[in-house]
Amino acid sequence: MDDDGPVIPDFGHGSSCVTDNRTFCWDWAREHWGDTLQPAVLQHLWLTAIAVAIGFVLAFALALLAHRVRRVEHPVGVAAALLYTIPSLALFQLLVPLTGLTTTTVEIALVAYTLVILYPNIVAGLDGAPPEVVEAARGMGLTRRQVLTRVELPLAVPAIVGGLRVAVVSTIAIATIAAFLLPKGLGYPIFYAIKLPEPFKTEIYAAGALAIGLALVCDGALVLLRHALVPWARRGRR
Amino acid sequence: MTRGAEIVFDHVTKRYPGRDVAAVDDLSLEIAAGTFCVLVGPSGGGKTTALRMVNRLIAFDEGDIRIDGRSVRDFPPVELRRGIGYVIQQVGLFPHMTVRDNIATVPRLLGWSRESIAARAAELIELVGLDAADGARYPAELSGGQRQRVGLARALAADPPLLLMDEPFGALDPITRSRLQVEVRRLHREVRKTIIFVTHDIDEAVTMGDRVAIIRQGGRLAQYDTPDAILARPADDFVAEFVGEDRALRRLALHTVGSLPLDACAAVSRGANGPLPRVGRDSTVRSAVSAMIEAGTDAAVVVDGEGAEVGVLRLSRAHELVG
Repeated sequence: MDDDGPVIPDFGHGSSCVTDNRTFCWDWAREHWGDTLQPAVLQHLWLTAIAVAIGFVLAFALALLAHRVRRVEHPVGVAAALLYTIPSLALFQLLVPLTGLTTTTVEIALVAYTLVILYPNIVAGLDGAPPEVVEAARGMGLTRRQVLTRVELPLAVPAIVGGLRVAVVSTIAIATIAAFLLPKGLGYPIFYAIKLPEPFKTEIYAAGALAIGLALVCDGALVLLRHALVPWARRGRR
Repeated sequence: MTRGAEIVFDHVTKRYPGRDVAAVDDLSLEIAAGTFCVLVGPSGGGKTTALRMVNRLIAFDEGDIRIDGRSVRDFPPVELRRGIGYVIQQVGLFPHMTVRDNIATVPRLLGWSRESIAARAAELIELVGLDAADGARYPAELSGGQRQRVGLARALAADPPLLLMDEPFGALDPITRSRLQVEVRRLHREVRKTIIFVTHDIDEAVTMGDRVAIIRQGGRLAQYDTPDAILARPADDFVAEFVGEDRALRRLALHTVGSLPLDACAAVSRGANGPLPRVGRDSTVRSAVSAMIEAGTDAAVVVDGEGAEVGVLRLSRAHELVG
């Protein structure tokens, strides 16, 4: 899938809609779903999934450390916040001399952003267990590890999934900019169509709408995941 | 079922760094097995600290605490705590677990079989007066009183010989509170655990405890005796002030009408100011006296649960009781 760029829209043989470059041409979208749009969606999903997965593992490990060693919590949080202030395009450019125009460069930047979003959410979730619940757990003879795995972690799930939702949606958005470096993801058809002598509207809108749709679908899936993992928060007082 | 354990506080002292006054100062108490012992005193006086030293949530500096002769320091803290029931004011139920799973916490830690855990949870749900259907509910679906019942069931789950209760009813409304007070007393009669119960409410202390330890500021023991003896003979001005000027009335509240000698019904049928008030045999002497004062009489007709007259209580019997 490395070098599958989008197919150049053929102005000569397209429908009148395409040749007139009207706002949106369904026939072009249908015709190029298989060779342009679908591969871009899959690449985009893959870029996002890797970034969120690695970011989650790192953020989780750092949050566990911060939860146990309190004085780590603040410095890591500040470093993460500073990282988030670097514009994504600039971060990509900063990394190019180190790792080149590669997927690695893109993933490093995307992982950094997911880390920044996930870390404070996981820390807040772990610290969010009500003090009387932790007190009762200790008083009943749970070890420190058991308090973490049986009480603090389950109670942190809503906050963690909340962080994942923001991380996934923003990674899907930022990943479109990866096309500055790589011919990959939904950003590529957009940049390609913009750079044409006459920017091709249908392709821009189609890829843009797919990015939005992808974000909504992933967000919805995470909402369902939370419902499945957190049955106790759904039922209110009788 | 495990009966109560004997608890001994042996010259226990706890100082927090940077504070002049000790939190608990040379506290010595002997709590016989199966006793309901209430630690009562002003807020911030060290009662809770004393309680939390028993299960080593707080470490003490000097002295020793022994359970059935064995120092609490001889146990690994986790093992010690699994053998002691612990109930706190805010209950601290696990919000992500059903009532049944909350109750099953310590039996699971102790590695009980699935069947015995399920049987024990069902038994406790009934013992603390919850519906079997409540077992599948989450804490958020329960009222405050129901939650504290679950907290109690959870503390009793592994059948510990000792129960520590830290102001368990402090956050409940008065009606729920008095109902739970009655039920915890009943529960204590049934299971005969040793209970150490912390409160700042003297009324709760004298109605709940077999023995009451009055702790003054700085964690010093002011008096340790039966409720009746404390109300009758306060050891010093602090205790006298703490139990209140109406301590005679409080003593009357410790006795039921049926526990006093009654006169025959025929002896007195009417008072000087009209018919005698009627009081139940199970009501307290205090409410009987209140009824007499209200009716302007010096006697009351005592009736049983069906309303049949069983005798007459004279006001002079109340005088003898507190005199």
